[in-house]
Amino acid sequence: MNIKLSHFNGGIHLDDHKAESLTRPVQLASLPNQLILPLKQHIGESNKPLVNIGYHVLRGQLIAGSSSPISAPIHASTSGIVSSIGPHLVPHASGQSAECIIIDVDGKDESIKFEPIDVNQMQPADILDHIRRLGIVGLGGASFPTSLKLSRGIDFGVHTLVINGAECEPYITCDDSLMQNQADETVRGIGYLQRMLTPTKTLIGIEDNKPKAIEAMKLALKTGPLPDTKVISIPTLYPSGGEKQLIQILTGNEIPTGRLAFDIGIFCQNVGTCLMIAQALELNQPLMSRYVTVSGDGIRQPGNWIVRLGTPIKHLIGLAGGYVQDCLKKSNNTQQNLVMGGPMMGFLLSSDSVPIVKSSNNILVMKQKLIVKKPDVHDECVRCGKCAEVCPAQLLPQQLYWHSRSKEYEKVEEYNLFDCIECGCCSAVCPSQIPLVQYYRASKSEIRVTQLATFKSDHARIRFKFREKRLLLKKQQEEKNRQLKRKILLEKSATKKTDSNLADPIQAALDRIKAKKNEQVIKPKNITGLTVNQQKQIDKADSRRRAARKQNA
Amino acid sequence: MLIAILTISSMAAFFGLILGYAAIRFKVEGNIIVDQIDSLLPQTQCGQCTYPGCRPYAEAIASGQAPINQCPPGGQSTVVLLADLLDVEVLELNAEHGNHNEVPLVAFIQEETCIGCTLCIQACPVDAILGSAKHMHTIIVDECTACKLCLPPCPVDCIDMIPIKQTIEDWKWSLPGAN
Repeated sequence: MNIKLSHFNGGIHLDDHKAESLTRPVQLASLPNQLILPLKQHIGESNKPLVNIGYHVLRGQLIAGSSSPISAPIHASTSGIVSSIGPHLVPHASGQSAECIIIDVDGKDESIKFEPIDVNQMQPADILDHIRRLGIVGLGGASFPTSLKLSRGIDFGVHTLVINGAECEPYITCDDSLMQNQADETVRGIGYLQRMLTPTKTLIGIEDNKPKAIEAMKLALKTGPLPDTKVISIPTLYPSGGEKQLIQILTGNEIPTGRLAFDIGIFCQNVGTCLMIAQALELNQPLMSRYVTVSGDGIRQPGNWIVRLGTPIKHLIGLAGGYVQDCLKKSNNTQQNLVMGGPMMGFLLSSDSVPIVKSSNNILVMKQKLIVKKPDVHDECVRCGKCAEVCPAQLLPQQLYWHSRSKEYEKVEEYNLFDCIECGCCSAVCPSQIPLVQYYRASKSEIRVTQLATFKSDHARIRFKFREKRLLLKKQQEEKNRQLKRKILLEKSATKKTDSNLADPIQAALDRIKAKKNEQVIKPKNITGLTVNQQKQIDKADSRRRAARKQNA
Repeated sequence: MLIAILTISSMAAFFGLILGYAAIRFKVEGNIIVDQIDSLLPQTQCGQCTYPGCRPYAEAIASGQAPINQCPPGGQSTVVLLADLLDVEVLELNAEHGNHNEVPLVAFIQEETCIGCTLCIQACPVDAILGSAKHMHTIIVDECTACKLCLPPCPVDCIDMIPIKQTIEDWKWSLPGAN
């Protein structure tokens, strides 16, 4: 299998700063005092808590779930007592709080019993269900529920499976150390993906600045070979770890605008997710921890840790030797230099009390100069066009900038804003220091909010129309009933009238009385078995009555 | 001469037939202008414009009976959009009809006070209130348009308009320099 590598448009070479965090071996992070587990750590519907305050939970126990198909449940990552359920700061660009389950760790780290399962006996549908129940989401950053992505992949049909080990952003080395450490399990995870998706070839793309990871993966493929699978070293160039970019490098195929990789028969998954799939299917363990890099020039001992989800970042920074002195400028209680994610695509954190969640790959502490945090006041665009040269999505960043700035959202969409992957290349090369990505993000969220409002008002219109129709129908029905009643009444009175027309009503009544009177002949009782004497007396009385009647008449 | 008359009249008859067919085949149902105006209105169905709903107001605007500045829920931005659509002058929002509220609201029924009289259910223009006689009522939050029409009929004053809490889900990135 010979692979000819392609290129995507643009991209930039960055100082990778990966050596700092790779000097120490990966360690297991110690237990924090408290775990903060946000109810929503994935794209989709929020979970509902399944525990109450005061519950004692064990490691691996399901604590939050949802019936929605676009969701991933949350499991406790150690044992302890649920101390509160409510809003807590979460890692999010907004710096806002969201619903979290907070567990006071008891330090015993007791776990539920993970019943071993036999993957080889399982049907693809069962495997999908299993992956769903164990809360696996894509660990590359987007946190899309893996089971859903897989089932779509199965439905669409996949010819090429792409495994993403590129990790192109500076400072981040969590996937690198994961591949060095647990290559065998990762490769087995890829094997399970192959079983479900039945691709004709599998390409594992790793940037060539990770020779050890490449070696480890190649070795793992030798010990546990997979059919038509190849580790491919790709040139180091940011952002080759983007799904669309990596697919373009490895297969030469571009994903059409507004479409997904499935549409061209390709399925892309991050190496970390493959490892979690292997653990879920072999050990029956839910997603409870992940590899996290702590790095940057503001941290004393950068490195990689296997961290339990929910661990506060503060704890992790403590494990990394703490902050370099004076690195955190505190103004209005917000830390200016603490970033979750890489220096290109990460976002500033408002506090180090936020927890590690499923999507947290890196904690970056910088003394100064952050690409993600550009000054709000910037120079004017000099129309140099460098941004368009580096844009990996082949967009026109200048046009997008002008229209975003003047809030012409229709125009922005015409220039395919939604194909922007927010990689930050344009912002990085801009000589005027324009925070271009922030302009695009603002436009994107404005458009989304408008779409949502339109959806809501359309819905209200439908409900209003329906109500109008219902009221009208009710009115018509009532009118109909009234008319029916009136008709019946009219008919009744009409028949009465025709009766009275035939004869004089008074005469008719007198006639009726007369007829009744005539009927009133008293019929004698006990007249059977009479003696002759008695019969004579009766006859006598009768003749008297007859004489009297004649006299009256 | 005769040939000319015949040619012209047969052509006229031919094109007349085409036009007549097109008029039937491509007939536009409904009033497009009213639909377009209606699509710009916020669909709260609140009646603050003095018309019984957004569509009647749209019809009134289309027929020139109502000015475009009577919709407080839509605010000034809707006035601008309407002016743009109808190519008329932009007016200031008429304060007589109420003020534009920036914070989105939703009606909320105090459950312990509600006596189950069903008056609010009858007033709701979008059927967003659930309940039956002598049973507690409640608002379906996703359906409520915050029109406030349920407030006046309530005999025990148990309905409040509360601001919708902004969550991470509907948080917006701001333009640089905006804050």
